Amino acid sequence: MKSGNGRAGASLAIEAHGLVKAYGKDRALDGIDLRVGRGQVFGFLGPNGAGKTTTIRVLATLARPDGGTARVLGFDVVSGAAEIRARVAVTGQFASLDDDLTGYENLVVFGRLRGLSRAASKQRADELLAAFGLTGAAGRPVRAYSGGMRRRLDIGASLIVTPDLLFLDEPTTGMDPRSQIQVWDLVRQIAAAGTTVLLTTQYLEEADQLAGQIAVIDHGRIVAEGTSAQLKAQVGAGTLHIRLLDGQQRSKARAVLAGTLEGAVRMDGDPLALSVLLASPTGATDVGRLIGHAMTRLSDARVAVAEVSLGQPSLHEAFLAFTGNPPGPAATDHEDTYS
Amino acid sequence: MTPPTATVSRAVPEARLDGLLAPAGPPRRAGALAASATFGWRAMLKIKHDPKQLTDVIAIPVVFTVLFTYIFGGALGGTPGHYLKTLLPGTLVMGVTACTMYGGARLAQDVTTGVFDRFRSLSVWRGALVLGSLLGDAGRYLLAAAIVVILGVVIGYRPGGGPQGMVAAVALVIAFGLSLSWLWAAVALLVRDPATVMNLGLALVIPPTFASNIFVQPRSMPGWLQAFVAINPISHLADAARDLMNNTGGAGGAVAWSLIAIAAITLVFAPLAIRLYGRQG
Repeated sequence: MKSGNGRAGASLAIEAHGLVKAYGKDRALDGIDLRVGRGQVFGFLGPNGAGKTTTIRVLATLARPDGGTARVLGFDVVSGAAEIRARVAVTGQFASLDDDLTGYENLVVFGRLRGLSRAASKQRADELLAAFGLTGAAGRPVRAYSGGMRRRLDIGASLIVTPDLLFLDEPTTGMDPRSQIQVWDLVRQIAAAGTTVLLTTQYLEEADQLAGQIAVIDHGRIVAEGTSAQLKAQVGAGTLHIRLLDGQQRSKARAVLAGTLEGAVRMDGDPLALSVLLASPTGATDVGRLIGHAMTRLSDARVAVAEVSLGQPSLHEAFLAFTGNPPGPAATDHEDTYS
Repeated sequence: MTPPTATVSRAVPEARLDGLLAPAGPPRRAGALAASATFGWRAMLKIKHDPKQLTDVIAIPVVFTVLFTYIFGGALGGTPGHYLKTLLPGTLVMGVTACTMYGGARLAQDVTTGVFDRFRSLSVWRGALVLGSLLGDAGRYLLAAAIVVILGVVIGYRPGGGPQGMVAAVALVIAFGLSLSWLWAAVALLVRDPATVMNLGLALVIPPTFASNIFVQPRSMPGWLQAFVAINPISHLADAARDLMNNTGGAGGAVAWSLIAIAAITLVFAPLAIRLYGRQG
C-alpha cells in the first residue's frame, strides 16, 4: 500500500458529494455521493445509461460537474484537475487507443506523454508487451487486435507509470469468458500492488469477483451500496428452475416448494416448469442444502422432476430487489455515445 | 453473461505483472515541447501506415498546374511558357491551401474515437495535440510544394529569383498553410465531425482560391469581385510568391501583407483551438 502521493491527509481516494451532471434536460448524474478508500477495488454496478461512465468522466476531469463537489486523491476535480491527471489512469470503452498505430507505437506514445524519456518509453513498452503476452503482436496495428488483446493493451497503457488510481470502464463488456478471467486476474494484481481501482460493470458477477465495496447506480442515483455479501443478502440467492415430467403435478409441486423454500414460487409459461426466487439463506445453512431438502420433499410427494438448475441472481433481479423496478431504459442517450 | 467456471480459470495463461508495478514516485509530466513532438511523431506514423491519405495532396497540385498551363495558358498569357511565370507561384499557393483542412479532418476523427479522451485524461499541455498535428501538416505542405516546384521546372518554369527566391516563397506559403491549420483545428474541435470539416474546407477554400489573382488578373471581373480579390489574402500571398520566385521586385508590400495575414489568422485561431481542446464536456 502506498501513501503520500496525494495531498496530505487525504485518506480517501475518491470523495464525492451530491454530484450532478446534466446534458440538456437529462440529469445523467442526479446527486451521487461516493466514498472510496485508498487501495480498494470499488465496483460501480448498473445498466447501460445509468450514469457509470459519466461518473468516471467527471472524476477523471474529462467532464465538469454541474453541481456538487468531488475530490480525487485529495484534489478537487475542478481546481485540481492537473494534479489529478498526473496521478490517475483511465481505461475503458470511451478512453481507448489509437487504432492506426501498432501496439508498440501506442505504448511508446503514451510513455512519452507520461513524461518518460524516449529510451525509457521504448523499454517500458517492451516490458509491458512481454508481460501481457503481446510481444508477437507488437508490430501489428491495434485495429487488427482481438477484443481481449486490445483490452490487455489498453490496461497496459494505463500502467506505463503506475497510477495511484485506475478507472476501468466496463473492462470485460463483450468479452469471451477466457479473456474476462484474464482481465479479472490483472485487476487483482494491480490492486494487490496498491493501486486503487474504480471499476464499472453491468455484471453482478464481475462486481462480486473483484470489488470489496459495490455501489449500484440507476438513473444517475446510487440505489444501494455495500459489500458483495450485504448486497447479495438483499438480492437473494438466485432463481431455482425446476421442470417436471408431468404437467399435471405442477400445483402439487408448487405447494411442496412453498412449504419448504423461502421465496416466491412462480408458474412459468412452460406448462412443465416452476421457478422459485430464493431468499438468501440465513445462518450456516447453504443454498445447496435447502435445495436438496426441497428435492427430497418433492420425491416424497411422488412428484417426478426432470431438470433442476440454479440461476445466479441477474442484474435484473438485483434491480428488482433494490429499486422495486427492473433497470429502466437508458437514463440518457448521451451516455450511449461513450459506450 | 455466462458465469465462467473454475476449470476455465486454470487453463488461462496469465499475464504476470510481477515487478512491473513500481510504486508510483512523485508524478512526472511531459514537457510541452516533448508532448508536441510526440504528437507530431504520431501524425507522421499515421502517414507512414496509410500513405493513401497523401493522394489528394499529390493530385491537386499536379492536376491544376498541368490543366491550367495547357488549357488556359495560351489564351490567358500568350503562350503556356509565359503564363507559367504567373501561374506556377499561384498553384503553389493553391496546392498548399487546398490541403489545409486534412489536418483538421484528422483531428475531428480523433475526437470521435476513444483515443481523444485518453489524451485529454493525461497531464500534458493542452496545445500539444494540435501543435503536433501541425507538424504532420507541415510535412504534407512541403510535399505539395515540392511537387508543384519540380513539376513546374519540368514543364519549363525557370525561377528568376533563383533557389533562394524559391525557398523563401515555399516557406511563406507553408507558413500561411500552418496558420490555416490552426483555423481548421478550431473548426474540427467545434464541429467534431471529419466529414463536416472536409465539406466546410472545400466550401471555404476553393472559392477564394479562384476569386483571387492566382489564375487570371481580376481586370475582367465585376467590380464587387475585384474588391474581394483585392483584399483576399490568397491574392497577396500569390503576389508575394510571384515576386519572390520571379525576382520581380516590389516583393516588400505583398510579403508584408502576407506575413500580417499569417500572424492575424494564427493569433485568432491558435488560442481558440487550444481553448476548445481543453473544454470539458
